[in-house]
Amino acid sequence: MEVDVLKRIPVREQDPKVRAANFEEVCLGYNREEAMAEASRCLKCKNPQCVKGCPVNINIPGFIKEVEEGNIENAYHVIGEYSALSAVCGRVCPQESQCEAKCIRGIKGDAVSIGKLERFVADTAREEGFKPEKTAEPNGKKVAVIGSGPAGLTCAGDLAKLGYDVTIFEALHKAGGVLSYGIPEFRLPKTKVVDQEIENVKALGVKIETNVVIGKAITVDELLDEEGFDAVFIGSGAGLPRFMGIPGENANGVFSANEYLTRSNLMKAFDDNYDTPIIAGKKVAVVGGGNVAMDAARTALRLGAEVHIVYRRSEEELPARVEEVHHAKEEGIVFDLLTNPTQIFTDDKGNVTGMECIRMELGEPDESGRRRPVEKPGSEFTLDVDTVIMSLGTSPNPLISSTTAGLDTDRRKCIVAEEENGQTSKAKVYAGGDAVTGAATVILAMGAGKAAAKGIHEFLSK
Amino acid sequence: MFKIVKKEYLANNIWLMDIEAPRIAKSCEPGQFVIVKMDEEGERIPLTVCDYDRDKGTVTIVFQTVGASTQEMAEYEVGESFMDFVGPLGCPSELIKMPLEELKKESILFVCGGVGTAPVYPQVKWMKAHGIDVDVIIGARTKDIMILEEPMREVAANLYIATDDGSYGFKGNGCDQINELVKNQGKTYTRVVAIGPMIMMKFVSLLTKELGIPTIVSMNPIMVDGTGMCGACRLQVGDEIKFACVDGPEFDGHLVDFDQAMLRQRMYQTEEGRMLLRRKEGDTHHGGCGNCSGS
Repeated sequence: MEVDVLKRIPVREQDPKVRAANFEEVCLGYNREEAMAEASRCLKCKNPQCVKGCPVNINIPGFIKEVEEGNIENAYHVIGEYSALSAVCGRVCPQESQCEAKCIRGIKGDAVSIGKLERFVADTAREEGFKPEKTAEPNGKKVAVIGSGPAGLTCAGDLAKLGYDVTIFEALHKAGGVLSYGIPEFRLPKTKVVDQEIENVKALGVKIETNVVIGKAITVDELLDEEGFDAVFIGSGAGLPRFMGIPGENANGVFSANEYLTRSNLMKAFDDNYDTPIIAGKKVAVVGGGNVAMDAARTALRLGAEVHIVYRRSEEELPARVEEVHHAKEEGIVFDLLTNPTQIFTDDKGNVTGMECIRMELGEPDESGRRRPVEKPGSEFTLDVDTVIMSLGTSPNPLISSTTAGLDTDRRKCIVAEEENGQTSKAKVYAGGDAVTGAATVILAMGAGKAAAKGIHEFLSK
Repeated sequence: MFKIVKKEYLANNIWLMDIEAPRIAKSCEPGQFVIVKMDEEGERIPLTVCDYDRDKGTVTIVFQTVGASTQEMAEYEVGESFMDFVGPLGCPSELIKMPLEELKKESILFVCGGVGTAPVYPQVKWMKAHGIDVDVIIGARTKDIMILEEPMREVAANLYIATDDGSYGFKGNGCDQINELVKNQGKTYTRVVAIGPMIMMKFVSLLTKELGIPTIVSMNPIMVDGTGMCGACRLQVGDEIKFACVDGPEFDGHLVDFDQAMLRQRMYQTEEGRMLLRRKEGDTHHGGCGNCSGS
């Protein structure tokens, strides 16, 4: 295979027209030949910058070298030292702003396609049946992990490898957290990838109890005092969806992105064989510009709707990954930028009949450093939509913080935890992920789960 | 898996089941709810806790077959299991969280409508167990569809039965019975708890507002996760938006926007109708009748 060192090997994708009507994965990934060719572009820097860009500090040149030489199983074990969820990270990490942003190749040409290589290694491992490295002997200590999302799975996996007896408690009926209920099938296949990663964590000896709501069925204090856990990690995720507070927001046909995505991803409402209903909508407005907004928009599109993204700033400020915006556009999603909803209209049955919006322009920078959008007076117009999906972020769920004495929260009601070891204000209790930071990314949650595992290990080894 | 250890037909397509769920039985309290998911393909169905036995580790649910999912649920037998059963969710009844001394000063009237009689029962039972006498009205369209009369009679100080057609007890609905007690019999109540269909809770709340009696209602809107994640269950309560699953399910009946809540409850009627048809007609469902767009 010919390689131009300045250009990355393109990755195969489903044709936009075809994929706009199915829930199959968009990106098809590298084959062995493509992966080895792409790996050969890596400079194997002595002082690798990419590793510094990775929240879990994977030895990136190390695994890429193994790929280049065709030793995929070795590459898998190199990654496995740092990450238990490589098939997930290879798909959903924002590599372009992390490892790949620091790649020296990227100065003159394209950065090495680190994410796609990681994905190739993880997918090969699954297909060939490579297993994670053996774990340490059991040390007789018990740790409870609350939440089976990326933070919880990572923390549990790392502790199990160190010999801890780990039980994950999950409130929903299915493990995976945001990987199961939030990120759609076409970006992160559930059976093939997510379930498999969870099986890998279980193979390390981790037990997962679903349908247990901590803070309701049992409290953090009871886990420590009555169920004999030596430490608890809270990775309970982001929480309650935000709404705008505009008139008409409780109309039939207005959903939070969380609800829309949960119906489709977790409850599989897109599949006729499942009982949970979803209103597909003929013309849908998704309000917001983050990754979750893109996921909701592309889900609605696949259910047959014409979809508009309504975002109050300009394209440059879109918080979503460039790749997601690019895919959404390719699939035919319309971007109504510098536009903000002002009210939602309904008929006498309470169904949405339209959404009034106002044009915005960018003014002076605000505290986030981005230019503040301001309304253009008199520019109101109506989008004739029948469905509105609000994707405005979340605020923390009080279930655990309100039932755990001595657990401090900050001004935003997020749990307060030390960044380097996850320690909270309460002894034996650690936390990480969105419950601490507010809605962020999968890999940052994994980084926090990893740091907390280290913190818990240090504490319990004293 | 969560085993069904008892099943009983009450009346009017209303079923009672005891489910083996030790963690929930240990921690649940009157006013809270659970979510049932029968099998892999099932919906998450929220149901208010109707009783619990902490020693046996069982939780009692009562449901009426109103759609495809609840009909399927009624076909489950003793010995079979539901795949998922999660709870307790929501907040316990605010009354049982009040200091007992203050609660004893209250004079409480419970008003139950239809299947709403079931979630009232554990509250009244709790009151009796704590030495508090309360009055209860059970309202129903007609005698044959009344449920839980006997158990309720054992725990209520005074039980009033009201039927719309006068086939049993007082002739009239729950509101008429409240009027009768307060206006004609001179009873005074410091608080009303109304649980039943939204339309009934709406009219009871309108009446008690007029009578100046603080009123608690238990809302049962559409939900998905039941833990605060999706916001499907949001309600307008006064000038705030509340999530029934984490802020409720009990709210001040004088502040709830029932009209909006009733519109929201009908959101999936078309989809649910289609689902029921699909279930009834099986493989012949896509018969090309031309009446739907093939979905």
